[in-house]
Amino acid sequence: MTSMMAPSHKHGHDEPHVLPVSVYVAVWAALVVLTGITVYVAHFDFGSWNTIIAVLVATTKASLVSLYFMHLRYDNKFNLLILLGSLMLVAIFFYPTLTDLTTRGLIEPIRDLILPNR
Amino acid sequence: MSTHVMAQHHPAEYQPPHHFPSARAEAEASKVGMWLFLATEVLLFAGLFCAYAAYKTLYPEIFKGAHKLLDLKWGAVNTMVLIFSSLTMALAVRAAQLGQRLNTVKFLAITWLCGAAFMGVKYIEYSHKIHVGLVPGQYYDMLGFTREFLEKFPQTPMSEVERLARGAHLFYGVYFLMTGLHGLHVLIGMGAIGWVLVRAMRGAFSPKFYFPVELVGLYWHLVDLIWIYLFPLLYLVG
Repeated sequence: MTSMMAPSHKHGHDEPHVLPVSVYVAVWAALVVLTGITVYVAHFDFGSWNTIIAVLVATTKASLVSLYFMHLRYDNKFNLLILLGSLMLVAIFFYPTLTDLTTRGLIEPIRDLILPNR
Repeated sequence: MSTHVMAQHHPAEYQPPHHFPSARAEAEASKVGMWLFLATEVLLFAGLFCAYAAYKTLYPEIFKGAHKLLDLKWGAVNTMVLIFSSLTMALAVRAAQLGQRLNTVKFLAITWLCGAAFMGVKYIEYSHKIHVGLVPGQYYDMLGFTREFLEKFPQTPMSEVERLARGAHLFYGVYFLMTGLHGLHVLIGMGAIGWVLVRAMRGAFSPKFYFPVELVGLYWHLVDLIWIYLFPLLYLVG
């Protein structure tokens, strides 16, 4: 794992930033293990936590892919900002949609009270 | 004089277009452009993920029931294939960074073959579903679903199977749209890999000029990223 620390910044500015092969293989091994974990965990029923656990493991895998395979950890941080920005938009997309869907039932009794003859 | 001309054609002497101060500036600018494109890809898929979340919130039992007819084995195989192809893609970019032409070509070829294997598995899965009638919309076959479900889970009470059969097309609508759009991206990615593969064989890349390989790599990793979410959400938790 010391090789993870190996990428140095002492290259000249025009030299590509090359990671050692061991970093890529280690990330791949971690991805395989995490895939095994997510398949194994799916055999148990945690109720509504099933999806949350699956998304958490997937996000860990996605972070590994984007930080190392996609070089975001070593890149210009602006690229990371673009990705995080898109994820923020995804959150803005999801949050009101799901809040609406899950709270519609709550408003019906109130609506019936205000508009009994609807 | 002639050595000077030859040197100009050598890839190591790559000159960026005149509006870029250096080859590195060109590569960095291209990468920002690629990331902006990938952000739009994330948002494109977010629409379908949102549809998944909405339908799952409204009909959790139907999703839980219908997803059991997906073949977990094939899904897991494809996950491993894509993860491995991401590794070989990263190694192809690394080889290009180091100017190792043969390794670049080799790793790109392996990545391309992984993409083909992925589509082969998808073909097996799709053709079975289409044959049985587990498809969205008007081509959905309720009887086909019932037969298939009872064959796999004979202990299920008939009333339960009937209830699932009435709504399962919702799940398959989401399944086919998400995996279909993803599969289209795999095909486009394979096309892009083929393009840099041919250029790599011709010796177009060097440590100063390899950003096309890197950009194709970013696209391919995004395709992998999407699948990392699709696999558990569709095959495991439904």
